[in-house]
This record gives sequence, structure tokens and C-alpha cells, in this order.
Amino acid sequence: MTLSVSGLSRTFGGVRAVDEATFSVADGEVHGLIGPNGAGKTTLLNLVSGLLRPTAGKIELDGRRIDGLPPNRVAALGVARTYQNIRLFGGLSAADNVVVGQHLRRRAPFWPRLLFLPSALREERAAQKAAEAGLERVGMRERALTRAHELSYGEQRRVEIARALASQPRLVLLDEPTAGMNPNEAFAVARLVREVAKEGRAVLLIEHNVRLVMELCDRITVLNFGKVIARGTPQEIGKDPAVIAAYLGEGG
Amino acid sequence: MADLFLAYQSLFAFVGINALLALSVYATLCCGQLSLANAGFMALGAYTGALITLRAPSVPFLFVLAAAALVPALVAVPLGLPVLRLRGVFLAIATVGFGEVVRLFFVNWQFTNGAMGLVAIPQRTQLWTIALALAVALFALGRLHGSRTGYALEAIREDETAARTMGIYTTGHKLAMLAAGAALAGLAGGLEAHFTFMVAPNGYGFGRVVEMLVQAVVGGTAAFYGPAVGAAFLTVLPEALREAGARLGLAPGPFRLLLNGAILLAVILYLPNGLVSLPATFRRRARRPA
Amino acid sequence: MGQQVLNGIFLGSIYALFAVGYTLVFGVLDILNLAHQAVFMLAAFVALALVADAHLPLWVALPAAVLAGGLIGIVLERIAFRPLRGRSDSNISGLISSLAMATVFEAIALEIFGPDTSRFPQGTFPDRVVRLGGATASLLQLCIVGISVLLMALLTLLLGRTRLGRQIRAVAESPRAARILGVNVDRAIAFAFFLSSALGGAAGVLFGLAFNSISPDVGRGVELKGLAVIILGGMGSVPGAVMAGFALGLVEVFTVARLGSSFRDVVSFAVLFLVLIARPRGLFGRAAAREA
Repeated sequence: MTLSVSGLSRTFGGVRAVDEATFSVADGEVHGLIGPNGAGKTTLLNLVSGLLRPTAGKIELDGRRIDGLPPNRVAALGVARTYQNIRLFGGLSAADNVVVGQHLRRRAPFWPRLLFLPSALREERAAQKAAEAGLERVGMRERALTRAHELSYGEQRRVEIARALASQPRLVLLDEPTAGMNPNEAFAVARLVREVAKEGRAVLLIEHNVRLVMELCDRITVLNFGKVIARGTPQEIGKDPAVIAAYLGEGG
Repeated sequence: MADLFLAYQSLFAFVGINALLALSVYATLCCGQLSLANAGFMALGAYTGALITLRAPSVPFLFVLAAAALVPALVAVPLGLPVLRLRGVFLAIATVGFGEVVRLFFVNWQFTNGAMGLVAIPQRTQLWTIALALAVALFALGRLHGSRTGYALEAIREDETAARTMGIYTTGHKLAMLAAGAALAGLAGGLEAHFTFMVAPNGYGFGRVVEMLVQAVVGGTAAFYGPAVGAAFLTVLPEALREAGARLGLAPGPFRLLLNGAILLAVILYLPNGLVSLPATFRRRARRPA
Repeated sequence: MGQQVLNGIFLGSIYALFAVGYTLVFGVLDILNLAHQAVFMLAAFVALALVADAHLPLWVALPAAVLAGGLIGIVLERIAFRPLRGRSDSNISGLISSLAMATVFEAIALEIFGPDTSRFPQGTFPDRVVRLGGATASLLQLCIVGISVLLMALLTLLLGRTRLGRQIRAVAESPRAARILGVNVDRAIAFAFFLSSALGGAAGVLFGLAFNSISPDVGRGVELKGLAVIILGGMGSVPGAVMAGFALGLVEVFTVARLGSSFRDVVSFAVLFLVLIARPRGLFGRAAAREA
């Protein structure tokens, strides 16, 4: 699925959090979104996922406009996301979190449940199994029954990714998925992202780990003060003077 | 034994009715919404049932109860659409307002004798009717757990925004649970009206819905049967206390009230997940080294 | 017409005084204190007892009852609210906890004073009438308005000009930030409760004098009106509560005059509803009332 963002703007009070942003993400592409803190990256993700309405510009999925749609409609079109501050369902187990992620994929009418029909029981078991498989993929199978708020930071991030993938999305939005992870965990996540893209999904990835972004992403968009200051392959971005200037003194 | 049962039949009936009411509040609590409209819904159900029975006595009781459940559920939809957008305490207050408007409506409606209400309603409710209604309600709520909808409701309760980005149509779910709660409250109202022979507006005020909430919370809202446990506990407790108080020679009114308040306080402070969390708490305490 | 305006101002001043304490606690703790009406009731009884049993003059009993209200507020905060701080469900549990305390307070009042309506003894307040233009007002009514306004002005000054007042406002804005800035959050909250309950108590005494009727359940009706006031004024806003209180008093009086007394209470809830649907944050509210 192709994501296309053109002239996208979002203003809060007098502040332009996102300023005429234009870029696109294609099927099977891992697209990095980088920039200093406060550059508008998360705001952009919020716009794409429908949590915010743009004040100008448009967002298109496969040519269809989605700006202004409520988040659940955007999700139904095949968009899934994770959050910078991790928004797992804390009181639910890791497995249950992933089952919730399957919401769009489950077709489970209520009446068979009331009658304890085998089809209903089978469906429930299938959902559980699929959740375990999803957790397996992020290496969290053993912790399936642990309450989400009892997991470590890195573990929570991984479960959140599993939850996002559970709906078989065609566009995955990841907001700093490796924040707080040690290099091994981060590497595993990067490998997973590669696999996901190879499955034909489009991935838009916000990351502060610039080295990881350079190695992982096919293309990169750089934001600063809400504006796109550079776009291109990692090689091009690495040499771009505007990007270097933006990151100077930033610890990147 | 049969005498004991007869003597306490009324108590069991009220346990059942209160359990239904507590479950009606749970219906919205389980998806994170604090709706205090259910006294109003109960009134709508009670009056609907009473009016049908008094005006058209040949209608079978089953249909009367169905109407008592349906009318509030239908009212819940136009109420919910604007009101469910409000967060937390604002939703609670709006629904309290709704409940008061309903009560005041019946106080002023001459067709139903205003504040005097309707009397001489034949006692069509039997203990088994209440038990059956409660069993059905508990069963339905129990089967909800583990279903796609059940997961969605828990997600909404935990983090509504995240739930929406997973494709969950939160407005629809919240509305459905508001209507379900309204139906339960209306059903309970209908059952009670045909058990206590009368309906009067002042039985459906703010105090009533607060009672429902307290019973649900004291029982525990983490499990679908928690509110029923809370209702049983808090319905039986005053009776038990009255016996105890009478034997101790204390003035019944203030003492019972005091103890109710103290017990409620103790539960909310020390047993925040309600009575149903007691076994888990004991297990945890037992595991701790001495 | 002038008479109705006067009556509206009189009624409104009591609503405003009650609501101000209500909204103050909400602003600071984000919790609806359902025991506020019980403090309202207890303070009225305290004043009654001081006047009727201890034979103290009103001008001693009133401040004493107000002080008693404030102290009850501190106890209330300590027992029912402080242990809940930091809990994730603190809105609901705070609601229920305050409810439990309200029940306890009511039980105490029932035990000491019985369920029947009590009245201030004759001669507690001089029975004089004043003429203003074409309208009449009793001296009592004028004094009640005066005292209410005075107390609300004092509160506003306190919140705006004193160090403790600034600390309370800081905690209302953000408890975490306030703590980092060195504010003793516990003390600020306790003081906010003292103020809130003192004013609520004052409203209770004045109400008891105005309508000459005090009973253990006198607070219930006012509680719901108070909700309408703080919603209209904006949750957490003291000036909002003041203006909304007077507004509601006036609206109520005019509604009764035009439509009859059966509409008296309905108008409060109609206002409540309209505000919540059209502009949930009310006149001056800060809190985001809708979901993100």
C-alpha cells in the first residue's frame, strides 16, 4: 500500500507543528522519519493514523484520501501503529494485547458463543494461537501471560509491535520502536522490520538511533521545525548539509 | 426450612433485583465509562411495565418485562450520542442530570399521579423470575469475556485512543453497553414494580443510582460477577446489622448508616478491587514470608 | 421584576458560596467531593447547637461553625482522599470514598439531632424588613448576600495574593510540577480542603438561617444544584462558580415566576445538560471535557 502525504500542515495555536510536509512510502519500503526532538515526527504519525486532523494538505492511501477520517476507519483501511510512550493495555496480558490487535481480523458473531457452539470455541482458540505466534515472532512467547505493565520497557515495545502486526496491516507506523533497548534487542527489531517490509507492507519508522535508520531504511525523510528539510536514500541524507546542520550539537 | 425461606424470600428478591442493577452499572464501567443514568433508566422501565400491566392486564408478563427493558434501551441511544463524548466525571455528571430529569418528569406527570406514583400493581414477579433474569444477565456478561467484543471493551477501558487505532469503533461499543445497561436497569425496574406493588419517582433518584454504583464497586468490577456479589453483600448486610443492632439495643437508623459508611470506606481504601479480589489477596498474603 | 431580581441574587449567593468550595476541590484534586453537602449540613447543625443549646449569639456561632466546617474538611481529606492519591482509578474511588464519609456524617447528625427538621430559635436574627425601590428584602437576606460576597471575595484574595493561595493554584495546575518547585503538596491540598469546607459550611449556616430548616438530608438537594453551578461556571474555576451561582439563582427565580414551581429543579438540569452538550468546559473551565 502506498502512503502519500502532500502539503500536510498542522497548527496548534500559533505553532506549526507540521509545515507543508510532502513524502511517500511505497509497498515493501522501510521509510525512516528522523529529525531533532520536537521536529513534528510524532505529530505527523498522529495525522496519518487519524488522531489529528490536518489544518491543510492531504494524506492518501493507494490514492484514496484518508485525512479527516476517524482513527478506527483509518485502521480498518490497513494502518497499524505503535506509540512513542508505549500505549499497551497495561492490565491485560501480553497475549491479550495481541488478541485486541486482531480485532479487525476476527469475524466472531456473538450468538454461537451463547450456545457454546464448537465454531465459537474454535475461533477463540485460533485467536489465542495466533496471538502466541505473534508474540513468538517478537521473542515474547514465554511472557504471553504476564500483565503488560509488569513487562520491562523493551519487552513492552516488542509486544506493542506484535499487537500492531496482528491486524495484518498494509502500512505500519512505528514510533521509536527501539527506544530504551540494548543493541541486541534493537538489532532484532530491525531484522523484524526488514521481514515485515519483505512481506509487502509499507513501514514508516520514527527513530532517534540514526545509525540504525541508515542501515535499515530504504529512504529517509528528515524533518526540522515541522518542515521537510531533506528526502532521499541514506547515502544522500548522510551527506546533506542541511541535515548535518540540523543535527549538529544534537547527539543524533 | 421452608419457613426460613419464606421469611427471607423478600430479601432474596431484593438481592436479585439489586444484583441486576449493579450489573447494569457494570455494563458501562467495564468499558471505562462512569454512567450514573441508571436510576432514570430503571424508572422508565418500572413505569413502562406498571402502565402496561395496569392498562392492559392481559399482556403476558414476559412481554411486559421485554417492554420494560426495551424502552430505556431505546432512550439510551439518543442520550448516549452527545453524552458519551464527554470524559470521566463530566459524563458522570451529565448522566446524573439525565436521571434527575427523568425523575422530575415523573414527579410532574399527572398521568402517573406525579409524586404519588402508581399503586396496586399486581405481584407478577416471583423469586424464580428474578433468579432467571439474573442468571441470563450473568451468563451473557460471562460469555462476553473472551469474545471479540469483550476484548474490545477491555481495550476501551484501558486506553480508548489506542483502542481506536486498532480499528475498534469505540463510540458504537460504548453506546451498545449504555443501552445494555439501560435494558438491565429497566428490567430490574419492571421486576421490582411488580414485586413491591408500586412505583413512585422518589425511589429512582440520585441516591438509588449511587447505591447501584457502590454495590458494583464494593463487589469488584474486574470480574463480571463482582457487582452481583457486591449487591448480595450490601443488601444482606443492613438486615444482618439490624438483627445485631437490635440485640445490642442500638438505635437502628443512625447505627446502620454509620456502619454502611464505614464498611464502604474500608472497602474502597483497603480492598480497591472489591470483594472478589479477597481470595487473591489472601493468597498473596499467605505467600509472603512470616 | 425587581423583587425577583433580589430574590434571585439572594438565592444565587448561597448557591455560589456552596459551589465555590465544590469547584475548588475539583480544581485541585480532579475529584468530585460528594461529602461537601454533608459538611454543609453539619456546619448548619453546629451553628444551631451553639445558638439553641449553648445560647451563643449568632455573630459568634456563625464563625465558629465556619471554622468547624473547615476542620471537618481537613479530617475528610486526611481520611478519605489522601490514601487514594496516586491510584489510577482515583476519580471513581474518590467519589465513593467521599460518599462513604457523607454517609458517616449523616449518621452522626441523625444520631445527635434526630431525623426531623430543626429550626433556629425565634429571635436568632432580628426580624427586620428593608425597602429597596419597589422591592422588599429582609435584613436577613441582605446580610446573607453580604456575607456570601464577603467570603467569596476573601477566598479570591487568598487564592490570588497569598503564598498558600499560589501554592494551591500551582497544585491545581499540576501536582507534579508543584512538587518539583518545592511546594508542600500535602499541606496545600489540606488547606484547599479547609477553605472549601469552611465556605461550604458557611453556605450551610446561611441556608439554614434563610430557609429556617435544617435536617440531616438537607444537603442532598443542594448537592445536585451545586453540580449544575460548577458545570456552568467551569470545573475548577472559582470566579466561574460565583457567576454561575448567581446566574442559576436568578434563572431559577424567574422560571418559577413564569412557569410555576414544578419547573424549579428542572431548569438546573436543563442548564446542566445544555452546557455539557454545547460547551462542556462551561464559562471559565480549563479542564478538557471531551476525549482527545
